[in-house]
Amino acid sequence: MSKVGIAAYGTTPFTIDEQKIESVLLKSTKNLFENNSKINKKDIDAVLVSTNNNSKYLSPILSEMAGIQPKIAHSIESLCNSGTNSIVSAYSYIASGLAEMILISGAERHDSPGQILQWDNSRGEFKHPIFWASIFTKSYKREFSISDERLAVVSVKNHKQAKENPNAYSNNTYTVQDVMNSKKLTDDLKLLDCSRPCTGSASIILATEELTKNITDNPVWITGIGQKTTSASFTKNKSFTSMESTKIAAQSALKMSNHTTNDIDVAEIHDAFSVCEPMALESLGFSDYGGGLDLVDELYETNNFKINPRGGLIGSGHPLGATGISQTIEITQQLQSNANNRQVDDANIGLIHNMSAAATSSTVLVLEK
Amino acid sequence: MNFESELSKGKFMIPECDVCKKIVWPPTEFCDNCFGPVSLKNGEFEGKIIEFSKQNNDYFCVIEFESIIKIMAKMSEIPEVGQMVKISKCGISNEGYFFYVN
Repeated sequence: MSKVGIAAYGTTPFTIDEQKIESVLLKSTKNLFENNSKINKKDIDAVLVSTNNNSKYLSPILSEMAGIQPKIAHSIESLCNSGTNSIVSAYSYIASGLAEMILISGAERHDSPGQILQWDNSRGEFKHPIFWASIFTKSYKREFSISDERLAVVSVKNHKQAKENPNAYSNNTYTVQDVMNSKKLTDDLKLLDCSRPCTGSASIILATEELTKNITDNPVWITGIGQKTTSASFTKNKSFTSMESTKIAAQSALKMSNHTTNDIDVAEIHDAFSVCEPMALESLGFSDYGGGLDLVDELYETNNFKINPRGGLIGSGHPLGATGISQTIEITQQLQSNANNRQVDDANIGLIHNMSAAATSSTVLVLEK
Repeated sequence: MNFESELSKGKFMIPECDVCKKIVWPPTEFCDNCFGPVSLKNGEFEGKIIEFSKQNNDYFCVIEFESIIKIMAKMSEIPEVGQMVKISKCGISNEGYFFYVN
């Protein structure tokens, strides 16, 4: 199977601005073309749009606005991991020979309908994500005798790192006490423990090995892909203290890339809420079960940006359809030594973890120089 | 008779496959194991509190029934993990389910 590379990328700032979804999509696409003048629009034979927005026919609309006439054009929706699902679909089109160069654009508005899964009636009247996050948090604290103050370090770390990301939603740093004093949403969740819905877009181009090398002197390759969906209902999670779908997806992605978690130099992981970061670190194999917060503490105290260098979802904001693509762009920039003040030393192998609906579905990607 | 029509009358019933006897949750027309037709079991079901948290004055709990069904329900008294409870009120409001337990 021929290699599939990341040839170009573009993004918008993540904000709470009122913008039409079509306009946000076009802006990150425009930024992508501005970043790489070697791309010939005629070479793009597929355009995939990742979003939970209810607007119809967005891929043909984006194609028309950008002056592209692709063979393949459609949207992809899978709640919060729509972005990496789109990248996996694009990879498959290229690997199968159906396409050679694909534009993937993800976008969301701050008022996205994708924040709430109406179908999941097992949640009763508690359908907002803050409720599953509260149950995860309470269980994790109970299982490992963790305090709210200790969990708050995740938010402190990721806001600090987001300060170095010019496109992040947040430009503030916070202390543990700031997190503790932020608005109480439930007994187990404060406002600063949460990623924020926002408006933003991220675009990326995947291509065959030959086309990637024609476009960029600094290619990054997708060498591992793993995906797993265990259910759609939050309450069907076997555990509220670990992420089963993430474990399985990580094993698949690492096996495909012939690596182990120890080989990973930098990772973007899906910290939708503070508790998600230690849970994901454990499920991905970066730490033992229950040891995720020790790793977060160590990274924060040593100013090590290895995990969530762009600030994660908590610091960067979470425009659902754009998030997985933005995570992938960050790891690409890290491997290209192009991440400015966020740069992790000697980054050769990176990992992306993107999940949906209380970890009922996860995607893990491995990228390499 | 289907699960939602009974729930809208305030009655919680347990969906079970006529063929393989598997409890089917969330309720659907056909069994997720064998696609057999699904019927509803009547009863005074007891559930176990698996986890809970609190918003304002109300607790919200994850309750497990028959070792397979898990729902989120509201509770006014202080819950305990492992405590056995029964559904005191349920129904459908704004196209979504709601459950109270005590």
